[in-house]
Amino acid sequence: MIYQYRNNGYNIVLDVNSGSVHVVDDLVYEVMDMLNKGKNTEETMEILGRKYDPDEVAEALSECRELKNQGMLFTEDIYKGAIQLFQKRETVVKALCLHIAHDCNLACRYCFAEEGEYHGRRALMSFEVGKKALDFLIENSGNRRNLEVDFFGGEPLMNWQVVKDLVAYGRSQEKLHDKKFRFTLTTNGVLLNDEVMEFANREMGNVVLSIDGRKEVHDFMRPFRSGAGSYELIVPKFQKFAKSRNQENYYVRGTFTRHNLDFAKDVLHLADLGFKQISMEPVVAPATEDYALRMEDVPAVCEQYDILAKEMIKREKEGKGFNFFHFMIDLSGGPCVYKRLSGCGSGTEYLAVTPWGDLYPCHQFVGEEAFLLGNVEEGIVRKDICGQFKNCNVYAKEKCQECFSRFYCSGGCAANSYNFTGRIDDVYEIGCQLQRKRVECALMIKAALAED
Amino acid sequence: MKHIKTLNAKGLQNTVKSGGCGECQTSCQSACKTSCTVGNQSCENGK
Repeated sequence: MIYQYRNNGYNIVLDVNSGSVHVVDDLVYEVMDMLNKGKNTEETMEILGRKYDPDEVAEALSECRELKNQGMLFTEDIYKGAIQLFQKRETVVKALCLHIAHDCNLACRYCFAEEGEYHGRRALMSFEVGKKALDFLIENSGNRRNLEVDFFGGEPLMNWQVVKDLVAYGRSQEKLHDKKFRFTLTTNGVLLNDEVMEFANREMGNVVLSIDGRKEVHDFMRPFRSGAGSYELIVPKFQKFAKSRNQENYYVRGTFTRHNLDFAKDVLHLADLGFKQISMEPVVAPATEDYALRMEDVPAVCEQYDILAKEMIKREKEGKGFNFFHFMIDLSGGPCVYKRLSGCGSGTEYLAVTPWGDLYPCHQFVGEEAFLLGNVEEGIVRKDICGQFKNCNVYAKEKCQECFSRFYCSGGCAANSYNFTGRIDDVYEIGCQLQRKRVECALMIKAALAED
Repeated sequence: MKHIKTLNAKGLQNTVKSGGCGECQTSCQSACKTSCTVGNQSCENGK
């Protein structure tokens, strides 16, 4: 399968199944189009020979043939069998999202956790429940050595002592079980202070700092319960935190909505504040919400990705570059096909734990009673639900079969699919369109930076 | 090549045999939490 597109003056050809990316001239771009439509060499020669020098066309065809022989063009999807076999393996739990506090000191308008409460009551996780969650993770992780625990909420700093105690407990178990914990923290910054930063810099492999960009955008969507904005309070703390981590192993992470469809400005605002690791996610919300993205907004959002991509190339060349999470692609390394095609691991390798120890397939399913899997005392009770998630790979989704982006999104988010289609093995169409655009931009950036 | 510049030589086909160890990071633990992004994750064995 070949996917070809033009962006920012570059002709890009992606050989989907091998992941090979080629930047080609106009002639090869047309040759590729012909071959992709099933024309043979003679037909291509005849049609394009009218427009180009026939020797050049022959040369272009020869180069395409050479790449094909090297397994970098027109490769077949040979993975289905391997992925289906891989899917049948005995899975282990390798990551937990600990909902350390179902409470929040902000009242963000788009919060899928509904101000931290997740369709339930306000609650803080006790050390005892957290400890059982870590024990559950160790017990169910098989031979997997690296274990991930994200302290999530609500706002985890509202239950900070328990976070610290759980980190200490986790560390005490590492040698006993030959495991290595990778702790991460997601925070809105309201309660962030020097002590938290020092602890996090010592113990947390990554921190995610929530901020939406420009002051007016951020304060509108992320106010305190009183209605006051939170931007002024958090920005200096986040700047200090990012600097203290040497501008690595963190993300400032925002959400854009229909209210700021010009979100490239927000990303650039964060870059102008000095942040080097930036993520900005499209809001995922029911169509009934005024801030929800609509299908008609997709062209405007795609245009913003183009604007952002061009500006990022410019800044990179000026020595002022930054990372944008959704444009990051490792072309030479990157994950294996199993990782790329077998889904995110929700409901199997990755689980969310509520303050009272209930287990859900992921943080976005918390509070959806139909997806309650069990709890940290008894373990997984509803193995049937886990089985549904286990089968949720790219090949289970009809719409992914024709999509070039499937090696970059792994079939998309099950929670998004469920929220928009009622099924976990379908796709969220707006999300898919944006994903494809982001991959296009990411590859174009690689092409532009490979030029010099 | 005169007409084509290839940005990456490593084929995904090669990872069918070498991959699948499962030691890599869970995608939602990095920064997304509301989408699914695996293309930018790194391979734990490649580090």
